[in-house]
Amino acid sequence: MKNLFGRSWLIAVFIFLYIPIVTLVVYSFNDSRLSTVWTGFTFKWYVDAAHDRELIDGLIISLKLAFMSGILSVIFGTFTAFVLVRYGRFKGRTLLSSMANAPLVMPDVIVGISLLLMLVALQKWLGFPERGIPTILLGHALIGTSFATVVIISRLREIDRRLEEAAMDLGCKPFQVFMLVTLPLIASALVSAFLLTFTLSFDDVVVAAFLSGPGSTTLPLVIFSRARLGLDPSINAVATIIIVVVSIGVIASSLYQLRSQKRRQREISEAYGQSSRS
Amino acid sequence: MRASTVLSRFRNLFTARTLVIGVPMVWLFALAALPLLIVLDISLAHMNITSVSSLWQWSDDELTLKFNFGNYLYLGDDSLYFNTYLSSVKYAAMTTLYCLALGYPFAYFIARAPSHLRPMLLMLVMLPFWTSFLLRIYAWKALLADNGVVNTTLMNLGWLATPIHMMHTSFSLTIGMVYAYLPFMVLPLYATLVKLDERLLEASADLGASPLKTFWLVTVPLSKRGIIAGSLLVFIPAFGEYVIPELLGGARTLMIARVLWDEFFSNNDWPMASAVTIVMILLIIVPMALFNRYNDETKVGEKS
Repeated sequence: MKNLFGRSWLIAVFIFLYIPIVTLVVYSFNDSRLSTVWTGFTFKWYVDAAHDRELIDGLIISLKLAFMSGILSVIFGTFTAFVLVRYGRFKGRTLLSSMANAPLVMPDVIVGISLLLMLVALQKWLGFPERGIPTILLGHALIGTSFATVVIISRLREIDRRLEEAAMDLGCKPFQVFMLVTLPLIASALVSAFLLTFTLSFDDVVVAAFLSGPGSTTLPLVIFSRARLGLDPSINAVATIIIVVVSIGVIASSLYQLRSQKRRQREISEAYGQSSRS
Repeated sequence: MRASTVLSRFRNLFTARTLVIGVPMVWLFALAALPLLIVLDISLAHMNITSVSSLWQWSDDELTLKFNFGNYLYLGDDSLYFNTYLSSVKYAAMTTLYCLALGYPFAYFIARAPSHLRPMLLMLVMLPFWTSFLLRIYAWKALLADNGVVNTTLMNLGWLATPIHMMHTSFSLTIGMVYAYLPFMVLPLYATLVKLDERLLEASADLGASPLKTFWLVTVPLSKRGIIAGSLLVFIPAFGEYVIPELLGGARTLMIARVLWDEFFSNNDWPMASAVTIVMILLIIVPMALFNRYNDETKVGEKS
């Protein structure tokens, strides 16, 4: 009984989570312009989307932006996580951790408007920067840094510090220890952090709306402005492509992580098995 | 202070340690803290037709501070702002409650599922989270429209004679918000529920508690941490949500982010937009501090 209740609850919530996604995919093949009635199977919205300059340009800008934002986020996230986990108490620790946590939960409109007003002030005094891709990048990298920090912190806490101490004892300098021991140990977290921050940047509307200028309209901005007007079937097509690509990526990466976890466990048990035998 | 100590202090400024601390400090200060200080500055500034004057005035080699609380007084005066803040809090609180009601059993059953199924179930929760938030919200438009999927299906089944109007109401807004923020509730809840020691539940049952009583007196208190974390992760962003009310809410749905947006982009009133922002921050500062403390506590807890 209890199990049945649990199972139906799980299924109901999963249906709730997946219904919009399934709808998007199904209606991307719908012949009707009114995307609410089914009139026949077609690929024409995909053809339309492929010829849509605005969508293609937005896609290219978004991909570039997301890639750079991912890189910056991982770099600064690694710094922040390392300092917070390894440096114990120091002056400004609370400040640093609250600054790193704030963009995690702070509403996007606040991040967007505050960065914009700062950029305007800078522009008044220094004459730059103009609003465009670099300014959106700053906003995305700020939010990304927070998320990357969380991901990297949890991995950094897991790793065996004795490995770093051993490297120190063998004469490594701190920087060498970091590059040769710590970094390879947290590499998988860096990859997840990159993927997460890439996705966040690729998905953001609000921060981009505040910080974009002429010639820097990202894909979500295009989609958002069209979605405000109504339903547009070529967006369904774009959505389906994004969903398929992302799903393949997520499934592949979780299978990879599952496999490497199992391998790590096997290696550990083998190592212990050998040491107990000898 | 002797010259040598001054010198050594100066030298200490340039150790590798301070350098490593300095990088994230400078980066986050420049992008997270400084912009907020500038917003505060502008919210206290005067606005004339050509420019916004700063609160700092530098004239005749003299620095004067000119505070102008006019924007804040106006905020307090106009009931529209008050009602909008109130309505944003209401929607955020409702979203949090529904997410908790829907997400708690969900996270609980995932945590109690056979351990070989759990990674797959978690991946199924994460998958929608990875696919574009904007597109998933957009999809609800097609679902809830008058001639949308839900109405057409119900009418084809004969359960409905005329379509129910759902789009651009507080119903569609709430459903979109709950939908978008549910994973933020489920993941922290799952993290605490999966660590729950099952022997405690057995002990409670052995001592004669009914399953419901065990749940209420053992499971819920032990997952308090997850409940708080999840609620904060939903409440704070939901309070400042812009995209969902814009796409799914009615024209008259009062959400503070929309007012801020209009104040900035339509009215071009930057000082007013800044004042709205500062009050928003004041309203979320307590939940944010709770969130920070929660995050820090877990750190200290794991260290000791």
